[in-house]
Amino acid sequence: MTTSPSPSPEAVRRVLDAVWRIESARLVASLARLVQDVGVAEELAQDTFVIALEQWPRDGVPRDPGPWLRATAKHRAVDLIRRRTRYAEKLAVLGVPDRVYDEYDLDDHIGDDLLRLIFTAAHPVLSTEAKVALTLRLLGGLSTAEIARAFLIPESTAAQRIVRAKRTLADAGVRFTMPTPAETSSRVGTVLGVIYLIFNEGYAATGGTDWTQPALCREAMRLGRVLAGLLPDTAEVHGLVALMELQASRLPARVSPSGRPVLLADQDRRLWDRLLIRHGLDALARASDLGGGVYTLQAEIAACHTAPSTDWRRVAALYEVLAYLQPSPVVRLNQAVAVGKAGDPGRGLSITDGLAAERSLRDYPQLPAVRGELLAQLGRVAEARAEFTRAAELTRNEAERRLFEDRAAGLGGSS
Amino acid sequence: MRYLTLLRAKQSTTPPPPELMAAIMALGEEATNSGSLLDTSGLAPSASGARVTLTGGELSAVDGPFAESKEVISYAIYDVRSKEEAVEWASRFLKVHQDLWPEWEGEVDVLKLFGPEDFPAAL
Repeated sequence: MTTSPSPSPEAVRRVLDAVWRIESARLVASLARLVQDVGVAEELAQDTFVIALEQWPRDGVPRDPGPWLRATAKHRAVDLIRRRTRYAEKLAVLGVPDRVYDEYDLDDHIGDDLLRLIFTAAHPVLSTEAKVALTLRLLGGLSTAEIARAFLIPESTAAQRIVRAKRTLADAGVRFTMPTPAETSSRVGTVLGVIYLIFNEGYAATGGTDWTQPALCREAMRLGRVLAGLLPDTAEVHGLVALMELQASRLPARVSPSGRPVLLADQDRRLWDRLLIRHGLDALARASDLGGGVYTLQAEIAACHTAPSTDWRRVAALYEVLAYLQPSPVVRLNQAVAVGKAGDPGRGLSITDGLAAERSLRDYPQLPAVRGELLAQLGRVAEARAEFTRAAELTRNEAERRLFEDRAAGLGGSS
Repeated sequence: MRYLTLLRAKQSTTPPPPELMAAIMALGEEATNSGSLLDTSGLAPSASGARVTLTGGELSAVDGPFAESKEVISYAIYDVRSKEEAVEWASRFLKVHQDLWPEWEGEVDVLKLFGPEDFPAAL
């Protein structure tokens, strides 16, 4: 691209940042194949970024920035390998022509490289935190500062997580390879879990002052779409993409102009993002054709809400199936909500009765909040108010706390 | 954030080279698989469209073609993290034309769709 007469360093930096967003994952992936070490590959990619940062403002942005980055990165990688193995020296002694790396093209096998990188960033030897940080760093191209901001942690903590994650991979001798066919399904499941975790962190920022963190949602959706392109025949990848897109379609309606959360029932459906709904429904159709799974089921539930009015009986029935396939307390809690909305708050309440003893839900604000709604539906106002008050005490989200308090105060009466 | 790109060019009397169509498909696939391209389509010549106008209180509908020297021939919607990223995709789109159809001339308008980031109170 010939950029108009000598752009400012700031403008060049913005172009580089944009190109980096597009290229960095593929760059790290193909470097990792060359050096067989994700940490080293990431450092080489960073070196390449720094070189571009020095050269582009001086020499102009190259016409084809992507290939420029790949060529520069390859040089750095080959230099490093030669230094490390004193390869050139040995070759000189033997008189062997040094051609091996000249034929190596970073553009080859890009899809396989990206998949390997995705699986490595979510490798079972890593903690969940580490998987999330490394995935955002290596696949999302997010800087340490951006990761820190997204998770409301100090930048030094985010940096530490990434350094430690890379060291864990190196110490465990994790090779930059595909999982074996026997492992693939569970490894894909882990990757999907990491992506959905990132999405949910954005969808309901647990410790934050904001109700939603759209940046993380967008990043997770993007990662999901990348994975769908790489694994087009895997039902649940499309199922997760559908689930995220359908849920995210409601983001614009989830917050009032004054910044307060708006629950599904009260949302202005005209504000929902139709492009994401259409995308999500397409992905859902593909997922269903391919056989579906638990993400697909959840996407089907989310799809019920995109209709002009929600068919709560269908939602309750889908939750019934989901609770069978994935018997988690949170799924049963959602099932209770749906059963209540479908006109049977008494049965909904009895489902939640069984959940009170669940350790994992002991401090979960949604449990008393749901019970509050069901009790209010049954006209048991005083009990409902007590539940909402409890929910307000438990939540760490400021906006949500106000929502529960309002709900308690709004019940009126004293019975 | 989302950007709408509108590609304008003179209606060509000769069909585009097949290699260009292949390159455009490959680029579209790349942009889709990178999670950035949400929607795109080519547009038929304005001769098969119409223009509905409200002017001076009068409503009228006139069939195409429109008299512009350049017509909008395709659109795309990108989900990206900066304007520069949308500009980069648009530039790549024009570069494949530059490489494979040298006499072709056109322009891409990169237009931002309003999003939550434009209404800070809603964040």
